[in-house]
Amino acid sequence: MENKRREPLFHIVKRDTLPAWQSVGIRIIAILIALVVCAILTTALTGDNPFDVYYTMFQGAFGTERKTWFTLRDLSILLLISLALTPAFKMCFWNIGGEGQVLAGALAAAACMICLEDKIPDPVIVLLMIVTSIFAGAFWAFIPAICKAVWNTNETLSTLMMNYIATQLVAFFIIKWEVPKGSGKIGMICQDSHVGWLVDPMGNKFLLSIIVAAVITVIMYIYLKYTKHGYEIAVLGGSVQTARYAGIKVGKVIVRTVCLSGALCGVVGLLLVGSVNHTLTTTIVGGQGFTAVMVSWLAQFNPFVMVLTSLLIIFLDRGASAIATSFGVNESFSDMITGIILFFIIGCEFFIRYKVIFKKNSAEATVNTAKAEAKENSTEKIKDKATANEEKEDEE
Amino acid sequence: MKKLVSILMVLVLVLSMAACGKKDDNKAGSSKVKAGFICLHDENSTYDKNFIDAAKQACEEMGIEAVFKTNVPEGQECLEAAEELVDDGCNFIFADSFGHEDYMIEAAKEFPEVQFCHATGTQAHTAGLDNFHNAFASIYEGRYLAGIVAGLKLNEMIENGEITADQAKVGYVGAFTYAEVVSGYTSFFLGIRSVCPSATMEVTFTGSWYDETAEKEGANKLIENGCVLISQHADSMGAPTACETAGVPNVSYNGSTDSACPNTFLVSSRIDWAPYFKYAMGCVESGSPIDTDWTGTLQSGSVVLSYYGNSVAEGTEEAVEAAKADLESGKIHVFDTATFTVDGKKLDSYQADVDSDAAYTPDHEVIVDGYFDESGKDFRSAPYFDLNIDGITLLDTAF
Repeated sequence: MENKRREPLFHIVKRDTLPAWQSVGIRIIAILIALVVCAILTTALTGDNPFDVYYTMFQGAFGTERKTWFTLRDLSILLLISLALTPAFKMCFWNIGGEGQVLAGALAAAACMICLEDKIPDPVIVLLMIVTSIFAGAFWAFIPAICKAVWNTNETLSTLMMNYIATQLVAFFIIKWEVPKGSGKIGMICQDSHVGWLVDPMGNKFLLSIIVAAVITVIMYIYLKYTKHGYEIAVLGGSVQTARYAGIKVGKVIVRTVCLSGALCGVVGLLLVGSVNHTLTTTIVGGQGFTAVMVSWLAQFNPFVMVLTSLLIIFLDRGASAIATSFGVNESFSDMITGIILFFIIGCEFFIRYKVIFKKNSAEATVNTAKAEAKENSTEKIKDKATANEEKEDEE
Repeated sequence: MKKLVSILMVLVLVLSMAACGKKDDNKAGSSKVKAGFICLHDENSTYDKNFIDAAKQACEEMGIEAVFKTNVPEGQECLEAAEELVDDGCNFIFADSFGHEDYMIEAAKEFPEVQFCHATGTQAHTAGLDNFHNAFASIYEGRYLAGIVAGLKLNEMIENGEITADQAKVGYVGAFTYAEVVSGYTSFFLGIRSVCPSATMEVTFTGSWYDETAEKEGANKLIENGCVLISQHADSMGAPTACETAGVPNVSYNGSTDSACPNTFLVSSRIDWAPYFKYAMGCVESGSPIDTDWTGTLQSGSVVLSYYGNSVAEGTEEAVEAAKADLESGKIHVFDTATFTVDGKKLDSYQADVDSDAAYTPDHEVIVDGYFDESGKDFRSAPYFDLNIDGITLLDTAF
């Protein structure tokens, strides 16, 4: 460090791992500030009592038994998409094509229902729906994966582009299958015959997706943490060179993992068409393929933490629409509230990982910077040797 | 583990903060009816605003508490919105978009004690449910009258030498090639031709009920094609704004666009839903059955024209009043088969698909006493006029 250089007003320095109470404290402060900012904004813009607004948010998500089921069902769908994206993310493959992969699965399921309604028996149709939607989701992910594995193309771009193709493909088939002609919508598929409608366990129409999400959460946790595949993903995510050195077939792991990611998205498509919506629209996924990216990252790829992060998002979402209904304000206002709260929650992660040091403490800062840098170097070395250890550290 | 605990704590905090608030006081309605309204968009859409305004007016007059659910897509969300409204104590639930219908039917099956009404739908008369009803209005009469306003404007332009009689081409921006839209532009065209016989029309479709950019581009395309007057059946301000920029006269739908288009706005036809809301909620109040299919008319005050814009031709108001009186008395009919031809031939008989089915099987003879009986009381309230009459060119029929 050159001492003569003029010190900037503040430094940003990487932190050591914070003790639990401190990181919790930062998050609590973030939420408090978010709530205060929202309260000021609410009073200033609408003149409503902010506490009423927060109460309404809670009521919107958990106010009645039915609302609680809605919340849980929505949570399970968002969680499933997040779980689907996670293995790819962990491998540093930026799959932002969840939206398109879910749509591909949904399209396949809807095609089975519409084209085969009165041609073959219901159980066979359901079986076909399951197979084709999983395959369609996997195929939609396979294309960017193989391009990445063979030509090292940029997967962020290719998965994103695949979303648009999927949306347009669905739009095309909606016009093809529309009822009535010229109306631009399919409506409920097999509304009278219920062909291809997935079972409602115990007569509860919300339970199927919740059960599937619960099972896949556990399986995904085990898969990532305790299996050979999971280990390969972690190593590859740490460093491609290390993975090659360790004899991992990089291309094969990429394709396999991304296809798994897409297949799970296909399952979500199946659930959306066969169990939740019973129709197909271009907006059936509703941007959740992108929201899931945030859910997965906020939870730092831990499936169980994802349950909480997706709950947070769904809670805010349902709460926001309740505000719009009860206070008669435009939906944009409630979206603004959610945006502010999310901004603070995500923003506080920065303060958990880094700290800001102001000018007068510059001497100390220099020492800290040096320390942090030293630590960073050493951690990178450890990473190179065995990335899997990282998770154990986390547990401690 | 640390993360888990911390996020849990954060959530607990959020929830406890949220729970601290006190319940908001309900505006107690004096009626035993509580009404729920499900809207596809919010007040930014002229279509939904038209419903919301009417609902507010009707509920206020009747002392009924109203709950609005806006931006409800045409999917499962509609059923869920209806379920939440029932949980909230609503016993009259109304949805405003065509695609909501399947889900309203599901809701009607689930809650037989609640009355469900749906605008523009086609299935009530075949669904066999006592608590599910369709409603619409003979808006083709309103479009016809608006057509007269447009036709007189064209005549004025011809007289002033701005265009020749052959150049009297009208453009129309539609959403879908669906009967409701076809019926709309055809009646508008017939209105124009009743006063300006040389008029022709070009129609373009956007494939969406609300797509400002596509509607604007559609209008611009029509203007480039030589259309000298534009109207639309799609819900954004796209087409009216394009007209104002290009200085082309515009007839709008579902609300005046006068404020945004002071120089080009002629008139707007719209359905006033307040008479229906008052009728249906009155039925719920008194416990009497609601009509399975209800068609509002000029007489019931359901079909209305807005005030006229600054640039309408002289004598417009008188001509419109005269035609209105003739329509009300039954002296003239909008779809009089003597006034139009299909493929060069007069229409003597036509089987329309009134009972919607997947194969669009024509099932009812709708030519009655020399006119096409649109929204006839023996059929259904939603339009089923889907003929392509001579004089109208469809530019794209992909949607």
